Amino acid sequence: MLHIFCPHCGEYREEEEFRCKGQAHIARPLDPEACSDEEWGHFMFFRQNTRGQHRELWVHSTGCRKHFNVIRNTVTYEIEKVYLVGTKPETEGAAS
Amino acid sequence: MSEVLEPKKASAAGTVASAEPVYALMDQRPADMSNAESPLSRFRWQVSSSGKNVGVVARELALLGHFILRGNVANADFVKGAAEVLGVELPGTLKSNAKGNLVVRWLAPDEWLITVPGEQAFAIESNLRKRLTGHYSLVNVSGGQTLLVLSGADAVNVLRKSCHYDVHDRNFPVGKVVGTTFAKAQCVIRRAGQQEWELVIRRSFADYLAAWIQDAAQEYGFAVK
Ligand SMILES: [Zn+2]
Repeated sequence: MLHIFCPHCGEYREEEEFRCKGQAHIARPLDPEACSDEEWGHFMFFRQNTRGQHRELWVHSTGCRKHFNVIRNTVTYEIEKVYLVGTKPETEGAAS
Repeated sequence: MSEVLEPKKASAAGTVASAEPVYALMDQRPADMSNAESPLSRFRWQVSSSGKNVGVVARELALLGHFILRGNVANADFVKGAAEVLGVELPGTLKSNAKGNLVVRWLAPDEWLITVPGEQAFAIESNLRKRLTGHYSLVNVSGGQTLLVLSGADAVNVLRKSCHYDVHDRNFPVGKVVGTTFAKAQCVIRRAGQQEWELVIRRSFADYLAAWIQDAAQEYGFAVK
């Protein structure tokens, strides 16, 4: 089990309280109607399969039900950083 | 259902003339409550102890008014208005404030659960609507959940068996509120007293959680109030 820090509750909680929502920092196209099928397909379905530091969106689903971002190492499972949506701290080697 | 107050109509098609907020306010509590059934009213409790050696007592606080209030704490007038109507401040992170039978629980940085006696629910909802300003949300969720109180010297042991959250005094003082899982179901737990724990549980999980609790509590001597 991962022990995850929720930045909204200010506490470490068990993984069971959270859900991972996949890769973070995916911007929805501002004008979907103007997208080509390829652009929309990339937004909807194409994700990185990072080995190492990976930025992910998580939600504290049974707690405060708020989203936040983490940088998790996909090799060691270690969560190296937790940060709020709307911010994007630089980290050495982190996937963009 | 009591009478429905019509929301104010927009004057011209598609546009709202004044800055007055538009909302429907209705008393969701029937005038005649004689047939009202709480989520646990049909649950057949099996108690293991009569009188002496009761370690855990379960009690449903049925048919309360439950409200979800959402708003921005950066809006000073929202915070002030809520405190004026409720009589207590909106609590900060993982805290609760209570005044008599009214309890305000922190759920998230912009979200609180207010529980009040059922017969006061509409008056409090109306007063909040009258007083609150700015961008906020107030939703009556009374029908969707109920409150189950576990008390007694061994209530804490039922919690230890049922959820992974650390309920030690050092981590869970009286007045603290956490949203967590209880027997894998989502639950908001508040420590109301040294030996008293309030669980806010969803209506659809009420039977399951009651069965779980009475099973977990049998060994300590279980009674229901
Ligand atoms: Zn949280």
